[in-house]
Order: sequence, then C-alpha cells, then structure tokens
Amino acid sequence: MESIGHEKSANKKIERGGESGPEASAASERGIRLREIGLSYWNGKAEEEALHRIDLEIAPGEFVAVLGPSGCGKTSLLNVIAGYIRPSGGSVTINGRPHTAPDSEVGVVFQQPNLFPWLSLARNIEFGLRMKNRPKQERQARVAYFLDMMGLTSSGRRLPHQLSGGMKQRAAIARTLAAEPEIVLLDEPFSALDALTRENMQSHLREIWCQTGKCLFFITHDVDEALLLATRLIVMHPGPGRIVEDLSNPLAGSGSFEEIRSGREYAELRRWLIGRIGHHAG
Amino acid sequence: MNQDHAAGSARESAGKVAVRAARRRSGTGEWLYRSISAGVVLAVFLLWWLVSARQWVNPLFLPSPAAVWAAFTDIVREGYKGESLLSHIGTSMRRLFLALGLAFVTAVPLGILCGRFRWLRAVFDPFVEFYRPLPPLAYYTLLILWFGITDVSKVLLLFLGAFAPLFITAVFSVQRLSADRINGAKSLGAKGWKLYVFVIFPSILPELLTGLRTAVGVSYATLVAAEMVAAVSGVGWMVLDASKFLRSDIMYLGIIVMALIAVAIDLIIRMLIRRVSPWIEH
Repeated sequence: MESIGHEKSANKKIERGGESGPEASAASERGIRLREIGLSYWNGKAEEEALHRIDLEIAPGEFVAVLGPSGCGKTSLLNVIAGYIRPSGGSVTINGRPHTAPDSEVGVVFQQPNLFPWLSLARNIEFGLRMKNRPKQERQARVAYFLDMMGLTSSGRRLPHQLSGGMKQRAAIARTLAAEPEIVLLDEPFSALDALTRENMQSHLREIWCQTGKCLFFITHDVDEALLLATRLIVMHPGPGRIVEDLSNPLAGSGSFEEIRSGREYAELRRWLIGRIGHHAG
Repeated sequence: MNQDHAAGSARESAGKVAVRAARRRSGTGEWLYRSISAGVVLAVFLLWWLVSARQWVNPLFLPSPAAVWAAFTDIVREGYKGESLLSHIGTSMRRLFLALGLAFVTAVPLGILCGRFRWLRAVFDPFVEFYRPLPPLAYYTLLILWFGITDVSKVLLLFLGAFAPLFITAVFSVQRLSADRINGAKSLGAKGWKLYVFVIFPSILPELLTGLRTAVGVSYATLVAAEMVAAVSGVGWMVLDASKFLRSDIMYLGIIVMALIAVAIDLIIRMLIRRVSPWIEH
C-alpha cells in the first residue's frame, strides 16, 4: 500500500514534468481543460455543492477512467464537460475554445444505448454525418466501416428493439464515433451488460482507442475495467464532489487483459484503488 | 396425506390458471373472442329480421333489413336529393380531413414549441383551455354568423375541435421526452430546426397519432352534428333530411354508413400507429 502511494505521487510528478516541457504550450491548446469547476444547486432547503473547484487537464489521446462511489459527482462532471449542465463557476475549454453547449466535437455514450428507436442501426450510426450534411457516398462508406468495426454488418437494417443489449450499446458507441468527435465521454457504458458481453465490449473499446487515438473520458464503478483500459486513473470523493487521486496507470498497454490481470502489481493496485474509493465512508 | 393432496390440487389449479392466461394471449383465445362478437352481432341481426318480419313493431320505428337494403341500393343507384351517396360521403370526408390536416400542421408545430418554451405556452394556454371544454356546437352559431352555412364554417368548427387534443398531446409528449434523447442528439450535432425535424418530431409521432385518434373522434362527432344543424349536403344532413319525411329506412342506412366510416378511419389510424412505432407493444 505504502509503496503504491509513493508510485502515485511519482506519476503525478511525471505528468507535471510533461506539462512544463518545451512543447507544452502548443499541446495544452488541444484536449480538455477544466478551470475551477464548481457546481451547486438548490435542493429545496439549502445550497448543495455537487462539485468543488475541479481543475483538470486531459491531453489528446489520453484514456481517462473516473472512479468513485455513487454521489461523488462523476456524472455531474461529465454533464459539465458535455455542455449539458452549466457550471456555477469555472470554465470548460475544449481544444482551446470555451465549451458551454453540447456539440458534435464532444461525443457522449450513455449508460443506456439511447438509440433513436425509429431508425435502423445503420441510420442511427449515420445520424451525426447527416447532421453535418455529408454527401451520401461518404456517409454510406463510413456507416459500413463502423458496422464492420462493431461486427454489426448483418444487423444494419434492423431496428434497435430487435437487438440484444450488447449489440445496441455497440451501435451507440459506433453512432457517437461516426459523428467524428474529438473527445468521447462515456458514462458507465457497460454497466447494464452481462459479464461476458462486457468483457467483449471492453476489448472492443480498447481496440477503438488504439485505432483512433481519441481522447476518452470514461466513468465507471468497475475497478478492473479502469485498470485494464485506462492510461490514467482519477478517483473522486463526494461531499462535495472533488478529485482525490489522479495518477497514470502503470499497467496501461502492458499486454492482453489476461496478462495484465495475472500480474502481482495488478492485484496490489486494485486493492489500493478499492481502498481509496471506499475510504470516504470511514 | 391430506395435506399432500391439498398442495397437489393447489399446484394443479395454479397450473390451470397459467395455462388459461397463456391461452388468452394465444390465437385460440383471440379466435374465441372474435367468434363471440360475431355470434352476438348475428343474433341481433336475426332478432331485427324476426321482429320486423312478424310486424311486432311499427316499421316506422324499425324498418326491415330488406327495406334498409332496398334504400341502400336505391340511393347508390339514384342518389339522395340529386346527389349520389358517394358524393354525400365525399363531402363529409372532405370537410373532416381538410380540418384534421389543418389542425395537424398547426397544432403540432405550435404544441412542440409550447412544450419546449414555457413562456410561449403561457401565451396560448389560456385560449386553448378556455375553448377546449366547450361543446363545439356552442360556438358553431358564431361561426355561422361570420361565415354562413358554408364549408368554411364547418371546416373551421372541426378544425377547432381537432386542434385542442392535438395541441395538448404535442405539448405533453415534448415535455415528457427524456433529457438523454435531446442531449444525445445535440452531441451528435443536431441543432436548430434539425433537432425538431429529425429528433423531436419523430420521437413524439406515436403519441401524436394517438392524439389524432382522439381528434378524429371529437371532430367526427362534431361533423355529423354540424351537418344536422346547418347543411345542404353530407351524410349527417342526409339522415336529418330523411327524418323530416319519416324515411326511417334512409335514417337507419345513414347511421350504419356513418358508423362504418368511423370504424374504418379508426382502423387506418391504428394501423398507421403500428407502422410508425413497431418498438411499442400494442
């Protein structure tokens, strides 16, 4: 436990070092930048603080997993980044521009597939490109590409209600990616799936991240999922919601899921993370 | 032993209930239901035939089925008061569908906007809530005063009758739309009119068609009444005119025709609802 604690602070140092490096000023333009984000709302009796002075910078190509007990404000934070909620204080900057309303630059994958039930899978995936008035040929080619990537080619003409939960969630991810966002926010996208489908989807997501190099902001309550997928781990605590841990994942990309899981470091890190997540209750 | 037996029979009866429930859902139950309906209709028809054949009732009150059929063939061949039956029906339908079409293209966009913007709803709500509970015939006199016994006054009357249910359906279904649906669409790049045309309208279309069913009910009832109050053509007028000459055979015929038209319209709308929303269980 102690040793990992040290490691964590070492990682933090590495990150800070990267920030102040020579190409930092150009690099910091891209990606997500949160400045002193605060969020409070009136709960009927008193002002309640959901997020407290959150500062966060996420570089392009990072895969960030956000962990924390329920009520720690992780979904609120996602809603602020997406532009769904206006923060009570602070600012969200995406690729150097202030981001105050949802647009296609920041894609979102929800806990539920949230597909349009009246559109076929292919038409769902095509939706973002239609909104951008892309020519038909290009749309068809991109839809075919994403259907193939998700293994949904034979189901493209079917309506969402005719598909299994896993297929729907894959289609939802494809729909978000097809709209060509710079940044993808995912809110516990696999929590409603069964264990087998979930593992399948996790490797899918990692493949996609490797292929596209998109910046992913991934909320999960599953420590294993975070350790297997993310390059950076963030832990939030409630009352008010704040970031208490921010470290890069030493296991990132160090092999297949099986290899990562069987390592000694994995078990230690896992135990430490679970302790950090649950600590606030004590 | 005794207890065993009791438990066994309880299990058995539970099984029977399950089987009965299954049968109700299956084809055999449906078949039984329909054959009961058909049998009862046939029995009433036979009773009608018997009563008039035995002259138990004055034919002025209850003409024989043969007389009604004769009136039907006669009117189909000769028309009623210089106009064919089809043209009377056509006149009524033109009034009905013109009004419904007008109501749909005005009440739906306005209702959607009022559902999205509270202040706009505040503008229209008092007027809709004022006239909605009124029986349409109450203001029909005003419409006749302004527009005379023309199709304009009738179409306007039916339009007002259909407007309120469609408007209210649109307002409430827009308000009930999930935030995820709207937010997700915005993050895929839908904005401005595109959000309304490609997301909000198709989202509430099933509810709108259900609202249309209500609107048809209201305006059809109003149509017949309006034609009886003041008209020189139409099915409703035909029935009223026939009553002045004590032609009960034609009155019965007209009533049957009106009922069949209503059932047909309702069937068409129900088919349409199933067509556009296959994901909803009916």
